[in-house]
Formats: sequence, structure tokens, C-alpha cells
Amino acid sequence: MTGPGLGHDIVGFARALRDAGLPVGIAETESFAQALTWIDPLARRELYLAARATLVRRREDLAVFDELFAAFFGGPSPGRGQAAPLAPRHDPSRVFRTALVAYMAERVDPDAREVDVPEHEKAASAHELLQRKDFAACTPAELEAIARAMRELRLDVALRRSRRLVRSRRRGRLDLPRIVRDAARRGGRVLALAHRREKLRRRPLVVLADISGSMELYSRILLQFLHGVTQRHARTETFVFGTRLTRITPQLQIRRVDAALDHAAREIVDFAGGTRIGECLHAFDRLHARRVLGRGAVVLIISDGWDTGEPGPLAAEMRRLARRAHRIVWLNPLLGRPGYAPEVRGMAAALAHVDDFLPIHDLRSLHELARRLGQIPRRKGCVHAGRVVQASPGLAAIRARGVSYPRPSSSPGHGGEP
Amino acid sequence: MTDRPLAATGPRIAAGLDARAASPQVLTTELAARGYIVDDALAMTVFLALRMQRPVFLEGAPGVGKTLLASVLAEVFETRLIRLSCYEGLDLAQAAYEWNYPRQLLALQAHGAAAGAPVDDLYREAFLMRRPLLQAIDASAERAPVLLIDEIDRADEEFESFLLELLGEFQITIPELGTLVARHRPIVVLTSNRTRDVHDALKRRCLYHWIDYPSFATELEIVRRKVPALSEQLRRRVVAFVQRLRREDLSKLPGAAETVDWAEALSHVTSAGAAALEPATVDATLGLLLKYHDDIERVRGAMTVSLLAESA
Repeated sequence: MTGPGLGHDIVGFARALRDAGLPVGIAETESFAQALTWIDPLARRELYLAARATLVRRREDLAVFDELFAAFFGGPSPGRGQAAPLAPRHDPSRVFRTALVAYMAERVDPDAREVDVPEHEKAASAHELLQRKDFAACTPAELEAIARAMRELRLDVALRRSRRLVRSRRRGRLDLPRIVRDAARRGGRVLALAHRREKLRRRPLVVLADISGSMELYSRILLQFLHGVTQRHARTETFVFGTRLTRITPQLQIRRVDAALDHAAREIVDFAGGTRIGECLHAFDRLHARRVLGRGAVVLIISDGWDTGEPGPLAAEMRRLARRAHRIVWLNPLLGRPGYAPEVRGMAAALAHVDDFLPIHDLRSLHELARRLGQIPRRKGCVHAGRVVQASPGLAAIRARGVSYPRPSSSPGHGGEP
Repeated sequence: MTDRPLAATGPRIAAGLDARAASPQVLTTELAARGYIVDDALAMTVFLALRMQRPVFLEGAPGVGKTLLASVLAEVFETRLIRLSCYEGLDLAQAAYEWNYPRQLLALQAHGAAAGAPVDDLYREAFLMRRPLLQAIDASAERAPVLLIDEIDRADEEFESFLLELLGEFQITIPELGTLVARHRPIVVLTSNRTRDVHDALKRRCLYHWIDYPSFATELEIVRRKVPALSEQLRRRVVAFVQRLRREDLSKLPGAAETVDWAEALSHVTSAGAAALEPATVDATLGLLLKYHDDIERVRGAMTVSLLAESA
């Protein structure tokens, strides 16, 4: 049924798809070949549909698949069949891959700038200094040291009770299967009760990091930090934004930090540009929120709040985000500076929906963040439980100036676990 | 553990399958005869899935007919629809089988009073409670059922790994009884709303299809079949409006299911001879199309008027 030419084509086409990054293995290729026995492989549309049914298993891959199919088997790109036109956000072919980056060029040679760490200082105090030194003021050599220190930072996001049941010593519901099994072994007598309780799972972490111009001095070191977080916490999703939102989770999953950041940089088109937080949160809501905000996710927003857009939409987006996320932590590097108050309009508008507002400008603040993430309260919208945490200087300043930072009066949708 | 009555020979396709799945075109006609309109891409995927005896994995926005396909397939092949709705924490006990513990305990007590431990006796089929997945491979069934595993994205990873055995081999291993193999491979449909990514290993065992929102022609045909009371003119207006609405930036776009609901509602509130949609009528019934307050607020009023004008 299939001529020798076609068999050759199948293998070649599968290889082309694989080269383009589609997960096409031998099993898929065999499926495709098998499918050809059921259709007329000389009818182009049938060939296309059969190939698509057996070789594609992610919606994102459809656009690439169509292109390659056209290139391989000739003719125009088959397109998405008769699909109706949709809002641009539904178009998976809209993948931005414009190359970057003046920004990444800098990191090629970290020794380019002068190293001015005093050489004879005692190691301990140098370490102490590094803990408190603002990333923005660090030399490349110090940043290297900080990056090393970050690798040792443990970051255990708080647990939540899942609905899956596991064995438990004493508490929880009765574990009837085990009770019966034990009883059968003991001649039918129930001597002890077995229990099951809900399994604990780490909460997913969703990071939205600002990489616009005003964040430039922090972006690189924070990306390194996020790489470390992604490596250690499997349920991490990372997005960066400036004037548009880019998902960089897959890039950060690459083990080697340099390769990971290089790949991430290639995805990002607007390093060091302006910021439109509201629009980027909107894009997040439309494109990704459904998929990544389930199961009691904790959202980290890293931004200085400089926003060239209007504050109204930003507040609306924050409200929407607050409804879906278990907790929102806003990390602002400027908060570490004495006397800073969020007069930036965007920041002020967003704060009403933020659970924790913390600095992220030195190693110490990263440690504090790690500690906080491990202690997130079980209930949504709670004030932080456990030890009383010293308010940062920035937060004190905000309160002194009377910028409101309460949570909105909780609506019915707010309480309890999702 | 062999020669159990439940276990049977290798899988075989149901007798009635061949004629109704002779080609994608025949399948399209069969589905359409029961009110389910498919485009050629979905027809091909389902056709190949039936032929190659592989599960179909359907992804897409809510309301595009993922679940409905399974029940229509059951109608086409005149067989049972077995449905498993997924949720977090779903485990074997609810999905596949469970022992009837109260009865086992009673049996134990009764025996225990008499003589030694009747361990083997406890795990017999009389005490086995069959949940959807086990029912789907039940060897005593006359023909292959349709097994719908709905919203797999709501289940957790542990459940996915269990499904691998079922979907790869069409068998379920019960430690106390042995391995039960399907005599007729069920027609399996998995759906996902994509609230998380389903593991690749599971998708690999399936034929994947992303269901898009229907084209104008397809959607018109769906409405024609589901709401015959609506006049042809009005039907065109309704579908054109919904298609235009899908190009707007909304929290949740209306699916075909919402279009049908809306058309049905309109058939009750418009007069028989009406040929055009009144903005006031549209605004009053928007709740059938849009399910988020923000979206309704956005569309109601000026946007309704302009969308109606554009889609006329």
C-alpha cells in the first residue's frame, strides 16, 4: 500500500519534526505508518490529518507541524482546517523569538569590570557585608559570590493538604482495607484500627518577574535566583514581563545556570524596556492563569512597581489574581532603601490585593523570603502566622504616611482552600 | 491466579464497529445523524483511534463538545457509556474497584467464631465492587463500551500513572485476584480542560486532538439541529454574533454549548417572524453566553450594539 518512497518520507518527516522540538519518537512514527494503512495516503488532506492525529500531542506544536508538513510534502501550509478566527490570544502560532540582547552580552565576561573587594578583610565580616549589600551596588565578583550563596538557600514552599489519602499512625479516617487485611491475618479479629489522612503537598509557586529598565540592576541576579528555585522546587512556573509577558519555565529547567539563562534571554524580547504591569497581568490571566494557578498556588511578583500604564486596570487585574491565588507576595527591591514608600501609582494600586510586601535587594531578604514561603498560613488571606516579623523600614514608612495596605473586605469567595 | 472467570482472552474489536467506522466520512455521517457535527480533523482522529484501538485525548476550551463526543459515540455503536469524572485525590477505590469491607468484616466475624482464618475466601468476586474502570473491561459485556475519563486534568499525577496500565494494556491487576484483561477493548475518550499539563507518557498512548471553536458553517449546523424552532435568518444572526464575540478579549469565550443554550433561549423570547436581533434582547440574555460578571459588564450596552452591527 505504501510505496518505498513514502516509507522513506515518513522517517524523514518524523526526524524533521523531532529536530524542530516536537516529541516524536519511534512509537509515534510507527503509529503514523500504521495509520497510513487505514487511509488513502495519496489524498493530501487525509495524509495531513492522519499525520496530525498520530504525531502531534500538544496544541502549541500545531503551527510548527503545519509549516513542516507543507515544507516536506509540498503545497501550501494546510493551516488549522476550518477553524474560525479568534482573539489573538488564542493563536498558538504567535510565538515571539526575536533574538536579544545587549543585556546578556554583559554577562559573557563577568571580569570586565573592576573588582574592588578589599582583599585582606576578614572572611566572616566580608560574608556579613555581602548579606546586606544591595544587589544594585554589587560588583560582578560580589554578584558571583552572592550567586554561590544563593545556591545553598533552602526554599521549601509551605504544604497544603491534598485530597489524596495516605497511611497515618493514629489520626484521620479509618483505613478499612487495612483493617480487613489485618483482621484476616489474625483469625478474623479486629485488634487495631488503621487510619488514613490527607497527603501533604508543596504548594505550586508562580513567579512573575519584572525585567524592565528600572529593574535592570536586579534582573540578572534574580534570574539566577529563580533558576535555583526552579531546580529545587518542581512545581515552579516562571514568567518575566516588561511590556509583554514571556514564559521562561522550560528554559529555567535546564540544569546549567549559564545555558539556562542564555536560553531564557533568547525568549525574552523586552529586557530593559518599559513596564506595563497591568497589561502583562492581563495576558497572564488570559493565557496561563487557568493552567498554573490551581491547587493553592503562591504567587510571587517581583517588581519595583514602575508602570507606564494606568493604575485602574492594574488594580482590576490584581483583584482577579487575588481571587485565584492562595497568596500573593510582592517583592520590591526598592523596599530595601531607607525612606522608600510606594508612591509609584501602580504599586499603590496593587498593594490592596497583596498579602505580603517584602524587599528583595540583598541576600538577607532572600533568606527572609525563603522563611516566609515555608510558613504561609493554611487559610487564604490570613495575616502572617507564627513569629512576629519585623516590619521592614519601607513598610513602616508606608504606614506612617498612611498609604492604605489592608486587604479588601473579604468576599465570600475569599475564605478557605480552593 | 489463573483461570479466573473475569479474565479472558485477548482483546477483540466489537462486531458492529467495522461498518460504522469504515472511513472517516462514514463516521462523520453517523455522528451527524445523532446531532454531533465534526470537522474532518476530528473525524480522522476518532476514525484512526477506533481502527488502531487507541484512546482519544481531547483538549479544548469548555463547551466545545469534548464530553458530548463520548456519549454520541456510545449511541453510534449502540453500547454502554461508562463515565469516570476525575477530581483531585481520585484513587483506585473509586476509579477501578474496591472490596466490600463491611461484608468482609462480617464474613470474618462469622468464620472467626467457627474455625481458623478464612483469608483466601475474603477476596472473592462476591466481595468485589466494580467501579467505572473495571466495568469498562468487564469480560461478560456483550460488546465494547465507551469509556469516558472526563477532565483528567483534575486528577493528580498518581492517578495518571495508574491509568497507564489500563490504557496501554487494557487490563487491571488486582493483587488478590490476578490480572483482568478486557475481552473487548473499550472505546476510550479522555478529556482535559487544560487546568494543568497532563503527563506526556499518558498522552503518548492516545491520539491527541485539540478541539477548536467551531467554524461558522459547523456552528450553524449545530444550532440548526439542536434548536430547530429558531428561524434560519435568526440562526445566522445568532451564530455570526457569537463568532464575532469570540474575537473579543474576554475571560471565557462562549463555546458551542453556550451558543445552543442562547439560541434556545432566544427561540422562547423572540416572536416567530423576527429576523433581526434586538440589542435589548441580547443584553437581557447575555448570561447564557458569558459566565463572568466582568465579561458581561464589558459587552453589555455599546459593545452589543457594535458587535451586532459588525456581524449583521
